[in-house]
Amino acid sequence: MSEKRVFSRPQTLKDAPFHFCPGCHHGIAHRMVAEAIDKFNLREKTIGVASVGCSVFLYDYFDVDVIEAPHGRAAAVATGVKRARKDRIVFSYQGDGDLASIGIAETVHTANRGENITIIFINNTVYGMTGGQLAPTTLLGQKTTTSPYGRDFMQDGYPIRMTEILATLEGTAFAARVAFTTPKNINMAKKAIEKAFQFQKEEMGFTFVEVLSACPTNWGLNAIDSMKRVEEEMIPYFPLGIFKERKAADVL
Amino acid sequence: MTEAHDLVKGNEAVAMGAIDAGCLYYFGYPITPQSDIPEYLSYHLPRVGGEFVQAESEVAAINMLMGAAATGTRAMTSSSSPGISLMQEGISYIAGSEIPTVIVNMSRSGPGLGGIAPSQGDYFQAVKGGGHGDYHLLVLAPNSVQELYELTILAFDLAEKYRNPVMILGDAMIGQMKEPLSRRPPEKGEKASKDWALTGAEGRPQRVLKSLYLKDGELTAHNWKLHEKYKAMQENEIRFEALMTEDADFVLVAFGSAARIARTSVLMAREAGMKVGLFRPITLFPFPEPQLSALAKTGKPFFVVELNTGQMLEDVKIAAAGNRVDFFGKPPGALPTPEEIFEEIKNIYPGTKG
Amino acid sequence: MARIEIHQTLCKGCALCTTLCPEELIKIGKQINENGYFYAVFTDNGACKGCALCAKICPDVAIEVWK
Repeated sequence: MSEKRVFSRPQTLKDAPFHFCPGCHHGIAHRMVAEAIDKFNLREKTIGVASVGCSVFLYDYFDVDVIEAPHGRAAAVATGVKRARKDRIVFSYQGDGDLASIGIAETVHTANRGENITIIFINNTVYGMTGGQLAPTTLLGQKTTTSPYGRDFMQDGYPIRMTEILATLEGTAFAARVAFTTPKNINMAKKAIEKAFQFQKEEMGFTFVEVLSACPTNWGLNAIDSMKRVEEEMIPYFPLGIFKERKAADVL
Repeated sequence: MTEAHDLVKGNEAVAMGAIDAGCLYYFGYPITPQSDIPEYLSYHLPRVGGEFVQAESEVAAINMLMGAAATGTRAMTSSSSPGISLMQEGISYIAGSEIPTVIVNMSRSGPGLGGIAPSQGDYFQAVKGGGHGDYHLLVLAPNSVQELYELTILAFDLAEKYRNPVMILGDAMIGQMKEPLSRRPPEKGEKASKDWALTGAEGRPQRVLKSLYLKDGELTAHNWKLHEKYKAMQENEIRFEALMTEDADFVLVAFGSAARIARTSVLMAREAGMKVGLFRPITLFPFPEPQLSALAKTGKPFFVVELNTGQMLEDVKIAAAGNRVDFFGKPPGALPTPEEIFEEIKNIYPGTKG
Repeated sequence: MARIEIHQTLCKGCALCTTLCPEELIKIGKQINENGYFYAVFTDNGACKGCALCAKICPDVAIEVWK
């Protein structure tokens, strides 16, 4: 019988079980990043930058060289790696507390310099690893362990839309927001992550993919209801789509 | 034949030393009184195939340095006191991740915005930690333009030898003054092994540079491993200059720019018939404690001169092991004159004899 | 003719796969795995088309698809 395996673990992912909670979307994003690296045959050329938060254990899962950055500084570390090794593919993988709060300066300036790196940004509207505190992306009215009355814009301002901000910068070559809520969205996410790596390969500039992600544990929901929340509450505020896609001819 | 000398500013000597040491990448943020370093390197690094990046902050600069150095390439940053404070987080991570880096602090005065005058108020920060955790920088304290150049070259070698951040601790005076410099680029010899460098896992297992250790016993072992490294530095890397200490009745102890001034005072004292010597630590970590202790055991009291209110003083007191230690401190704002220190010597000297 | 294989030790029983299977061939079972999770179970009745949606949504890369 000529049965063929048509879906299996990408080569770039080690054979190690994820430590993530049940229903957490980190695992899906990890797989898609690994698949993109495999697709372009980049595993031996890639240097990853781990950030601080649930995704710090990047090196336990990705079979690539990895450096662990201080909280929020992954974009700066990635800048240094890429400047010194332009022939390598450099990506960072950061959560919303890391990238949009403590590391927003490094993120914005890295994009603005047009550093030829890729950032995968996981937005789950909450600080995951520290136990569910208010994030810059927490939705209005959302209760967290440090916004027990729900996020109030008079107190904490509005949730920040990083993809839109970064799309305004000339250095940004590709900026997209994706989610895993439907088969269509899953396919779009996979394509966006692939495109980010492809753009880096083609030296188009800074590439950025924001992944709307569920954190069932800190949301107090099961995996299925968490997926619904992404679809019904997050996507209306954080719309999906490609916000910037530079054409080769646009490169100054 | 005499060597060719150029009249060079201290900060530029650092930059020249970096170029001659094979440094290819610089990341930094402008701050007085060291901006000549980024200015010089922004011009010269592209000419040797390297790159200069003006970072958005010192926080970003130290992390860019961490990334570039992680690839096994020689890279550096420089700043001055407030900027070095901003770098402390990154320095702690670099020490924990054991990435060879060179960090120059042409210190100014604090606390806070303080001022741009020379000061040695960053001794504790440089020598005792500065960032969180149980780590040390290897700290070099030059006192001339020539030494700035030579110690910068040495700093890159030591950083790689120990996989540790090395700090050059100068100040506004050393960085801003001009002196003759003889540029002697080192021979291109065998460099330390870089079997840790992140270059892409091509035909070899993955490499990871990190400072997070959560498994049972891992972090304890990691801290002891770092400790062993610091011990090896103490055994192998102590550098100092001793001037007329052997027959001295008492010994001035000073580093960097304070030692330059103190040296003149010591010569004035000798002229006046007083047997005074000068001990100048060149490595502040590892501190030349064994050498000072040996002097203390011969009964010589110490007289510490610093451009602060007493920081290295604490380390000298430990080495003195109960012997008399006097102190002359000059917090930032005005440098002491050699005469001022000489006056102090005249006050102290009679009580120190026999 | 297609089928999937669920690596039960990797499964955390989140049940996302059960929501996407067009043929409703996956259920959360009554047994727990070594990590204490009720893991997903595949009913191989010949209806699986190998669309791999279950594998694509699985956060633990616990599903392989054969065709």
